[in-house]
Amino acid sequence: MNNLVPLYIVVPLGFALLSAILGKFIRDIGKYLLNIGLLFLTILTIYLIVYVPETLIYRVGGFEDINSIPIAIYMMIDGFTKILLLVISLVGFLVALYSISYTKQYTAEPKFYILFLLMMTGMFGMVISGDIFNMYVYLEIAAIASYALVAFGIEKHQLEASFKYQVLGCVGSMLILMGIGFIYWQTGTLNVADIATQLPAAGPYTKFVSVLFIVGFGLKAAMFPFHAWLPDAHSSAPSPISAMLSGVLIKAIGIYVIFRLFFNMFALSPQIAMAITVLGILSMLVGVLLAIGQWDIKRLLAYHSISQIGYVVLGVGIGMILLANDGDKAIAAFSIMGGLFHLINHSFFKGLLFLNSGAIETATGTRNMKKLGGLSEKMPVTTATTFSASMAISGIPPFNGFFSKLIIIIAAVQAGFYWLAFIAVIVSIITLASFTKVMRYTFYNKKLPERLSKIKESPFAMALSMSIMAVLCLAFSLLVIPEFREIVFSPAVEALMGASPPINSLMGY
Amino acid sequence: MKGMSIIVQKICQIVAPVIFLFGIYIVIHGHLTPGGGFAGGVIMAGAFIFQIISYGSDLPKLQKKEFSLEILESSGILGFLIIACLGLLFSTVGIFFANFLPTGKIGELVSAGYIPLANIVVAAEVSAAISLIFLAMIVFKEEISDDR
Amino acid sequence: MILYILCFVLFMVGLYGVLVKRNLIKIIIGLAIIEYSVFLFLILIGYVKDGTAPILNSEAEGAIFVDPLPQAMVLTAIVIGLATTAMLLSIAIRLYRKYGTFDIREIRSLKG
Repeated sequence: MNNLVPLYIVVPLGFALLSAILGKFIRDIGKYLLNIGLLFLTILTIYLIVYVPETLIYRVGGFEDINSIPIAIYMMIDGFTKILLLVISLVGFLVALYSISYTKQYTAEPKFYILFLLMMTGMFGMVISGDIFNMYVYLEIAAIASYALVAFGIEKHQLEASFKYQVLGCVGSMLILMGIGFIYWQTGTLNVADIATQLPAAGPYTKFVSVLFIVGFGLKAAMFPFHAWLPDAHSSAPSPISAMLSGVLIKAIGIYVIFRLFFNMFALSPQIAMAITVLGILSMLVGVLLAIGQWDIKRLLAYHSISQIGYVVLGVGIGMILLANDGDKAIAAFSIMGGLFHLINHSFFKGLLFLNSGAIETATGTRNMKKLGGLSEKMPVTTATTFSASMAISGIPPFNGFFSKLIIIIAAVQAGFYWLAFIAVIVSIITLASFTKVMRYTFYNKKLPERLSKIKESPFAMALSMSIMAVLCLAFSLLVIPEFREIVFSPAVEALMGASPPINSLMGY
Repeated sequence: MKGMSIIVQKICQIVAPVIFLFGIYIVIHGHLTPGGGFAGGVIMAGAFIFQIISYGSDLPKLQKKEFSLEILESSGILGFLIIACLGLLFSTVGIFFANFLPTGKIGELVSAGYIPLANIVVAAEVSAAISLIFLAMIVFKEEISDDR
Repeated sequence: MILYILCFVLFMVGLYGVLVKRNLIKIIIGLAIIEYSVFLFLILIGYVKDGTAPILNSEAEGAIFVDPLPQAMVLTAIVIGLATTAMLLSIAIRLYRKYGTFDIREIRSLKG
């Protein structure tokens, strides 16, 4: 069973190279390899979640511990990792289905699939790796592939957005590398579990390294003061890449790592927990206030990404504050569960919204809402899926966004942070307002302009993947039921919170 | 782009094979001296780039080279992945990346398991990749069409 | 101790280049200086007094070696830095063909 772990890296990387070699002789092999590979990994992930509840640990090269000091490269799948694996593989598979017909407009089509598979390799590797330097290497693989994918259409605005994204991403990566250097200087080891036992608790040295990591990974995750690259990059990229970037990449290389390091590696300190929660609240407010005035669909969605990531950070941050101050552990577990549930939900509804904007753009040729109107009579599938995604992001029952936002707000009220709950409700109302604006100006309530009277519905692959995602948006609200909660979320919350089970199973394995 | 004068071309004819041979030496002795796959691969690419700079660029010939360089690069990494997967099949432990060839005496040329093979494969990949970067940047600028 | 502070000063020099300069190529050079300062810092961490190169020959048994792990980390990071710089330069070349200039004050088609 442990031998299944390297499959997450071997399959995407091997398929990327095979499609690079065979793509010169057989046309369109990249599409098939991408879809088959991601379908296989999705099935593997669902099998692991349902049937294998224990932590899987894999030592690359088979080097055993010497004097109980881990010297091999570790790959580790525990409860928190399984949630991210599910999100990455399922959203990746649906976006790959969508991009079968979307990429016909590009001349360099085979290279899209190679870069996409490399990005998946980087994200999977980052999530399953058990030491911080390998996390950095896979982070760079995913990031460089995404720089190339953002600039894929080679138009003016795409190149400029990719350049801005690259400069900020490179500065963030260098801060992360410096933080890794400082940790190695103090502890002499690179393994996450081993560092947790060696790092001195909460001195000025540890606080400096924590700040370096928050800034570095915050630049990758687009939290509040570091969000300047996100509107340009996510609105200029091709639509399936926007869906992958906004739905999966900023979570796998930003949010996941911050929570893995600050819960499992550093000792919890109240000031750092407060700093992270404050950054989350500011992201929520800034994102949604800047989003209302936008007339470009994808830029509006990109600003909303910033605000919803703020929700996730708020949910988990409340749990962090409660744990650091020795508060009530049940409320902390509840709040962390709400944050992780919102992370899954956001990937799906934000991915669906970006795919919809791509369908609108291929059919009508414009992204400006002032020039669109009345599309609902010609594009019924797109209208229905955008409607369900907008209801999900605004938090209307029975869609999944309602349940996750409800859990976060209830946890905030129970923990005594009444102002935070109030701000969360206000932000949700403003989100509803801006999505009502999107629905009105694009689909309903205006007559179709003359030049758009000949548009048709999207091609079959795009419509199929959008419909599956809309159905999943409804289906994931079933995760609130306690039986499903036990399977999916309780291992994750235990892995983050309680007595650091990864350390126990890593050291004494 | 145009080539350089006749003196530079003659010196390139003499020196470029020597640079290539030096690169191969660093790659093969990667487990005994500093260097290894990446550094040797860069030197091997340096020989190729030196030839292009001194003789000028001839577009159709270099486009054919681009095709074979891409295949060489991807085969390089695929070979590395296959060496890693062979550890699953052939070693006694049955685990990814295990060292399954016999390790000889320390200091001999044929020793240290599969590390020399890995160095050779990585050098093939790195030299192809750096030559491709050079070709993409300098030579194919004539293919970029201006914006509308 | 003075060497670590010099690495940090080099980081600040590179950061000045990224923030203040207006030419695209100078921004890329500033990023490269930042990268190299971090690599220098990583190598300096692994220094052991009176150590030699960490390669196991048949005659050098029992000698003092410097720490090989930061050297492996920096080798990997140099390759990653090469890929990042190549990516940045390719985008800069394409930007020059589209806009006709390297000045970032002219390259501003995205607003808001």
